[in-house]
Amino acid sequence: MRSYLRAVGAVIWKDFRAEWRNRENLSAMLVFALLVILIFNFALELDLQARASLSAGVLWTTFIFAGTIGLNRSLAVEKDRGCLDGLLLAPVDRSVIFFGKAIGNLAFMLLVEAIVLPVFNFLYGLNVFQPGFLGVVVLGSIGYAAVGTLLSTMVVQARTRDILLPILLFPLTLPVVIAAVKASQGFFQNLPLGEFSVWINLLVAYDLIFIAVAFMVFDYVLED
Amino acid sequence: MIPRTLEKTVERAMRTFPAVLIIGPRQSGKTTLLRILATLSRPTSGLVRVAAYQLPQAEADLRNHLGLVSHQPLLYGDLTAEENLQFFSKLYSISEDRIREVLDIVGLVKRKDDLVRNFSRGMQQRLAIGRAILHNPQILLLDEPYTGLDQEAGEILDSLLLGNAREGRTVLMTSHNLVRAANLATRVDLLSRGRITASVPTSQLGSKDLIEFYREGLRGGGPV
Repeated sequence: MRSYLRAVGAVIWKDFRAEWRNRENLSAMLVFALLVILIFNFALELDLQARASLSAGVLWTTFIFAGTIGLNRSLAVEKDRGCLDGLLLAPVDRSVIFFGKAIGNLAFMLLVEAIVLPVFNFLYGLNVFQPGFLGVVVLGSIGYAAVGTLLSTMVVQARTRDILLPILLFPLTLPVVIAAVKASQGFFQNLPLGEFSVWINLLVAYDLIFIAVAFMVFDYVLED
Repeated sequence: MIPRTLEKTVERAMRTFPAVLIIGPRQSGKTTLLRILATLSRPTSGLVRVAAYQLPQAEADLRNHLGLVSHQPLLYGDLTAEENLQFFSKLYSISEDRIREVLDIVGLVKRKDDLVRNFSRGMQQRLAIGRAILHNPQILLLDEPYTGLDQEAGEILDSLLLGNAREGRTVLMTSHNLVRAANLATRVDLLSRGRITASVPTSQLGSKDLIEFYREGLRGGGPV
């Protein structure tokens, strides 16, 4: 177990180290996310009530598209110089690669979200600094990063992977997006937790199911 | 499409002759053979057993004893030479001391803090050799290892292969540099359309015989 965690840690360390040097992934995700938030802010001139109901959709659309940019790059880096083969040659369970890459992708998503949320708070005038809402952001990001890592590994061999990933990913992550938007709306509109807790439960269930599925099928996804 | 079936002759040859050179025309299955032995690809039919390891069941165990030098360096351009080896040492659970030892063997101690993306092709290949021998593998698989190597790197590889042969480790390589590779090999096998059609100890071959053997083998008239 210790060597398993050590290997997962090594994959995360490697991704962070490389990202620290080139900052390609994070800067692309961040610039994109901030632009979307700004464009929607000027495009939709909303009153306070409309903001509370629509802004959750704007926020999650931003997170999802920015996350897709990161997911596409994350596995492409492994493929471009044959590094994926280097990882596959290591005497570790292949789920190590999944967890290492998924946690790395999640961390990049959360970093971008941590910068975008205060800007969103300023522009849209909605209180995003609620522990419950932040929990929804984390849960939604976990589900998206887990499924996204699995699918980006699936399409990494394809020449058209940049197009294929969103086509496969968006329908599959629809439950997580709907649940995250509904739960976020609940927090923005200050509804009683009981009225929208079902969406939070759905997020938890989705995360658990897809992490388990990814763990079980990842070896087959990597098969040449 | 080449049938990815391994011939028993390969296993027999590896048991008897520790340094085997596989030659053959393009698309004959050399790289596929090495990828199957390296556990990176699975055969469409047939059984694969490397030493005592039955694949795919014992893949993870076998990977502890395998080193692969491929067409691509399998290295991360945004990490330094030392960081690349550190990363793989964590995956293989190897101590940090071994990293310095390997950097010394491949002559990159002075460049250990340089980013791999700034390395020449020859230096990258040297580091790729370092990555492949980091965990002291019993079986070394080399796919066209002389491609892109500078003179110094070629000599390092030669001495490494000779050392391996002396220590009784198995080396299986493909090369278009017939004369150079055959000098280091104890046996030459000819692969054609996924099958070993001829096999001969190098002690029975001069450099002219080798080229003749290659031509004869391609015509289907070589010794089997």
